Amino acid sequence: MSPPDRRPVAILGGNRIPFARRDREYAGASNQDMLTAALDGLVSRFGLQGERVGEVAAGGVLKRSRDFNLTRECVLGSALSPDTPAYEVQQACGTGLETTIHVANKIALGQIESGIAGGVDTTSDAPIELNEDLRRLLLDLNRTRSTTGRLGLVRRLRPGQVVPALPRNEEPRTGLSMGEHQAISTKRWGIGRAEQDEIAVESHRRLAAAYERGFFDDLITPFLGLERDGNLRPDASIEKLAKLNPVFGDGAGATMTAGNSTPLTDGAAVVLLSSEEWAAEHSLPVLAHLVDAETGAVDFVHGDDGLLEAPLFAVPRLLDRNALGLQDFDFYELHEAFASQVLMTMKAWEDPAFCSERLGRDEPFGSIDRGKLNVTGSSLAAGHPFGATGGRIVGTLAKLLTERGSGRGLISICAAGGMGVAAILEREA
Amino acid sequence: MSPDRYQSLANSAFGGAVTKRLGLPKPPLLERHEPGKPLVSAPVALGAARGGRLEEPVREVLRGLDAHVETDVGSVDGRGELAALLFDASGIDDSVRLRSLYEFFHPLIRALRPSGRVLVLAAPPEDSAGVRGATAQRAIEGFVRTVAKEIGRNGSTAQLVQVTSGAEGAMESTLRFLLSARSAYVDGQVIRIESGHLATPADWDRPLEGRTAAVTGAARGIGEAIAETLADQGAEVLCIDVPTAGEGLSEVANRIGGTSLTLDITGSGAPAALADHIRGRHGRIDVFVHNAGITRDKTLARMSPEAWDAVLDVNLSSQERLNDALLGDGLLGEGGRIISVSSVSGIAGNRGQANYATSKAGIIGMVNALAPVLRERRATANAVAPGFIETAMTAAMPVTAREAGRRTSSLVQGGLPVDVAETIAWLASPASGGVNGNVVRVCGQALIGA
Repeated sequence: MSPPDRRPVAILGGNRIPFARRDREYAGASNQDMLTAALDGLVSRFGLQGERVGEVAAGGVLKRSRDFNLTRECVLGSALSPDTPAYEVQQACGTGLETTIHVANKIALGQIESGIAGGVDTTSDAPIELNEDLRRLLLDLNRTRSTTGRLGLVRRLRPGQVVPALPRNEEPRTGLSMGEHQAISTKRWGIGRAEQDEIAVESHRRLAAAYERGFFDDLITPFLGLERDGNLRPDASIEKLAKLNPVFGDGAGATMTAGNSTPLTDGAAVVLLSSEEWAAEHSLPVLAHLVDAETGAVDFVHGDDGLLEAPLFAVPRLLDRNALGLQDFDFYELHEAFASQVLMTMKAWEDPAFCSERLGRDEPFGSIDRGKLNVTGSSLAAGHPFGATGGRIVGTLAKLLTERGSGRGLISICAAGGMGVAAILEREA
Repeated sequence: MSPDRYQSLANSAFGGAVTKRLGLPKPPLLERHEPGKPLVSAPVALGAARGGRLEEPVREVLRGLDAHVETDVGSVDGRGELAALLFDASGIDDSVRLRSLYEFFHPLIRALRPSGRVLVLAAPPEDSAGVRGATAQRAIEGFVRTVAKEIGRNGSTAQLVQVTSGAEGAMESTLRFLLSARSAYVDGQVIRIESGHLATPADWDRPLEGRTAAVTGAARGIGEAIAETLADQGAEVLCIDVPTAGEGLSEVANRIGGTSLTLDITGSGAPAALADHIRGRHGRIDVFVHNAGITRDKTLARMSPEAWDAVLDVNLSSQERLNDALLGDGLLGEGGRIISVSSVSGIAGNRGQANYATSKAGIIGMVNALAPVLRERRATANAVAPGFIETAMTAAMPVTAREAGRRTSSLVQGGLPVDVAETIAWLASPASGGVNGNVVRVCGQALIGA
């Protein structure tokens, strides 16, 4: 079967609010507040007030049940035309990139001319649920009609039931947190402490340098007084990071600290995509094109693969389909969920045994030049509001390609549930 | 609520009685532009000294405004009947003939209603024939400035408009502005009109329709008002401010249907980035308003070199670099407008503002020098010099200084950001091609620097 006719998908720009550490500047802000702010910032940069955009796709991971139509509500509260449809996608940390792929595909198929994709997350304004016992009891009470029956149920009320259920950063099927899962992979792949700390320091150093040279001037709109990512530590050093105690894994082999793992953060990010024609009609320069994307998953519950190892397989599939090698890129954006996840990914692709046994390749997949990896920093420095990271990376990479003039960039994002999302961006000379 | 509490008090029934008894001034409530209100809402009187060349063109403009011109001025005896007194003094060629000013204004000045307008049309002294002609024309300035001081307590203003020979047809946008409530806080000014490249707007309420304007420092205060007013008058506005002001900037741009550009104008790459942005997104720019400015006040002996450098760079040098980029790349086209925000401090100097006053005086030099260059391109360069304008900055001033700033003008009050914005919109109009190289104060005829 030949591939269907696809139109090129242009990336016109991105906008995000600075990411804040949990319970800091955005403690009082809801997902709706943050996503609306990110949208409005994008609208103002591109003059989209009252514009009917093809669709807005965005999502958040930690959401309250009353936000059932979150993205649509944000559109209605934004300066966009209220005639703009919207929907949500929730794919854990892959959300922001997955929405980009959805919007891009509709543009490629000619179903829409323009679209906004992205995501948001708050770990501060977190959804708190009723105690499960209490919830069931209240539902039973609602179903019971007789007074005696109701009185019987009320007698089941216990003081312990006032304790609410808090959202937990853990996999439902294993009971392990993401960090605990990655600690297993880190150990298995033999990733050391020093190299993880090095990745973290570099992330802070590069993000700070990018801010200093004004790289983010047209990618970030301040929000609630925060002008730069709250997690950024320009003075981060190997020495300082070396002092931190491990927080994931146990025993002498524990290497993952709060310094080389991403903290819980709040924030939102969006990107503007369109057809070539729409961009030209609106006099908006095209920064880059979204060439192709691949989403994958691994059986981390029963199989041998770790929770965050899906990109190890998704990226080679994506590149093979596009007849590209790992060396054919000018920028690599590997989302830093944990420094060890990035190191593990690169190590796996250099490992002849893994590439042969698991990827079925005669040669190793290849190495990544560190000089081209996360050149303006990544999640270890910026923070990682789950749904917002994809939008942050797409906007950043499109601008990097614009600065370079031409080139190709690879995005790889690992996600909870054993998933991973990858994409290729390109800018023609 | 008005930022000027004393004004509100003095205009209330009880407060007014008290302040009057204490002999305190009563700051008049100035009429300001309201959509749909007629530009001239009461009869006007028009007179002329014999031999003038401006009466007929003025009458023509008044006809277009549907203004009722009182022909029988002898019948005017009451107070507050007339919206404006206009006088063509261009025919005065000798000091003895200055008496015609007295003869026209003396019986009518009391008939001017509150927020009324006095406009004297004359010739630039240096263009006048002979020593006596130039002397007489220059004398008119003292008359107009004094009238402004006498009628200011009523919220009325007086201006002198000097029209060069051949520019009689270039007056309309200026007459409309000065007669209207849009010029509420412009007082005691001398405005020069030359023949220039003009376009008459299809809709005088939206003369900037189809034009693209850029405003620096647009996130708040005066810049925000400028962006709003230009958008109100039809312009597509590019709002520019530093990245840290991005949140407010985005709100302003979204409210007025414009676009935002976060850019540190002092950055070495700023001129090129701005040029690229304008070229890619708009193709050209019709109006560029240099509004961004900072203060770092200290007396000269205490001033740090950083404070000097920052103020000069933001307020003046960056404007020069941006102008070079706009003009060098041909991005400011025919009919273009460069409008820069100076300050009364730049005219008069101000203790503690050696850096600021230098930069703002430099702006006057800049637009004076740019004017002939832009005339060649059928464009203009002008400056506005605000006096005491009610902003967040003045709200934070010590009470004494703030009250002194407010009361030491003929209108006995501070101006509003919109007053500066309206003045800029007038200069930006395609019909204002005859206004070039002017520095117009928006100061309520402040005493300082007068």
